[in-house]
Amino acid sequence: MRDDPPSSPSRREFLQTTAGTAAAAAIAGSVGGPVVATAGAGVTTADGPRIEGAVPITLRINGKDRKLRVDPRTTLLDCIRETVDLTGTKKGCDHGQCGACTVHVNGRRVNSCLSFAVMHEGEEITTIEGIGGPDSLHPMQAAFVACDGYQCGYCTSGQIMSAVALLKEPCGADDAAVKELMSGNICRCGAYLNIVSAIQQVRRKA
Amino acid sequence: MQVHRPYTLHDALALMAATPTPTPIAGGTDLLVSWHHKPKEKLALLDLSQLGGELAAMRLTADTLELGALTTYWDVIASPEVSRAFPLLAEAARQVGAMQIQTRGTWAGNIGNGSPAADGVPVLMAYDATVVLQSTRGRREVQLDGYYTGYKKTVRLPDELIVAIQIPRRTRKAEWFEKVGARAAQTITKVGVAVVNDEKGWRVVANSVAPYVCRCRNLESALQKGQKFKSPEEIRDILKNDIAPINDMRSTAAYRETVLSRVLFYRLADKA
Repeated sequence: MRDDPPSSPSRREFLQTTAGTAAAAAIAGSVGGPVVATAGAGVTTADGPRIEGAVPITLRINGKDRKLRVDPRTTLLDCIRETVDLTGTKKGCDHGQCGACTVHVNGRRVNSCLSFAVMHEGEEITTIEGIGGPDSLHPMQAAFVACDGYQCGYCTSGQIMSAVALLKEPCGADDAAVKELMSGNICRCGAYLNIVSAIQQVRRKA
Repeated sequence: MQVHRPYTLHDALALMAATPTPTPIAGGTDLLVSWHHKPKEKLALLDLSQLGGELAAMRLTADTLELGALTTYWDVIASPEVSRAFPLLAEAARQVGAMQIQTRGTWAGNIGNGSPAADGVPVLMAYDATVVLQSTRGRREVQLDGYYTGYKKTVRLPDELIVAIQIPRRTRKAEWFEKVGARAAQTITKVGVAVVNDEKGWRVVANSVAPYVCRCRNLESALQKGQKFKSPEEIRDILKNDIAPINDMRSTAAYRETVLSRVLFYRLADKA
């Protein structure tokens, strides 16, 4: 995507634009009826994006304070992805089973799909983007690459966020202990063996 | 749907008395699983996350452990003192969902949600926990054993908020917890049981075998009389009057009854 000419919209920008248009159309269609705010649906006005019933909040994400307006029903996951535009965090099941949306809140790992963004004011939120980037990989990210701890990569940021948190949790030395503590992160490709190897490699070096 | 965000307990209690009656939300690990499927118009949530200072504390004294309503499973796991004083709390906490759930889910939420499969409730009930309820009308304490009146039905009045859970510290001769699910971790209980024998006698508390987490009083009195069991079937015959398991998507009544009596038989043979 980086090589695309500036005029060419990325797939994501294209999807965002079309979704916004659809949402605006849906809301325009309900004029005269009761106002029902839909989480995440945005209307662009002269003042910029405006969301019916939105509340102002400040979230501290990856060490940076972000002043946001969010519908109170927006999950932390949707807020991180759609409002803040940090799309490294993935939406898998959206109800706390798969772990793809794992982020850290005050140093502890949580499923970001299972709480509302407004519940996290004043807390320290860390996403995969805050752990490390292509030029400065976190040791866990490097170990996942070295051990081939993924296939399709969709669950990977959640796996890495869990694995990084695990380093500070009470966890036995053997693979079985790691597997138990990683049980909240599902990998549909079945890269589990390599994921465990990556985590154990980092733990041995620590 | 409304989300109320009180900053003080005083305001939270005032909002609990409002119409429509809000559902308190703490960790969100139960409510956000099901909220997609609920009609949103009439849904009002009371977000307790800003009440940290007033409700988050965990206090361990010489004779009591008090868990503030926002105490999470992780808070217990991460506290060596509490884990040592109440080992079953830590053991049950480690088996609730995965770590991402344990860091958010609260003990009070587990009680309040009222699921018959709740993993935190059997150990709390076996430890004789008391639920502290507060409303604008005042404060009262209710025994957790007696808190449930039916499937997802409790004695909590609509405007009352669970503010704390109190557990007495006692000398225990035996205590253990067993959870049986489809796999070793990240699973919902097919059948579970917490057993405590302390100065007040035996407590046998089972989950997923009745409309709510319940004590098995007939088995408790048999144990109290010192009865020894020669087979799991003997325990099953006594349990028939204590539990009412059903067939559902997770298991069958026959499996639950059989496994519960076997778990009890083999564990009691070691400890009783």
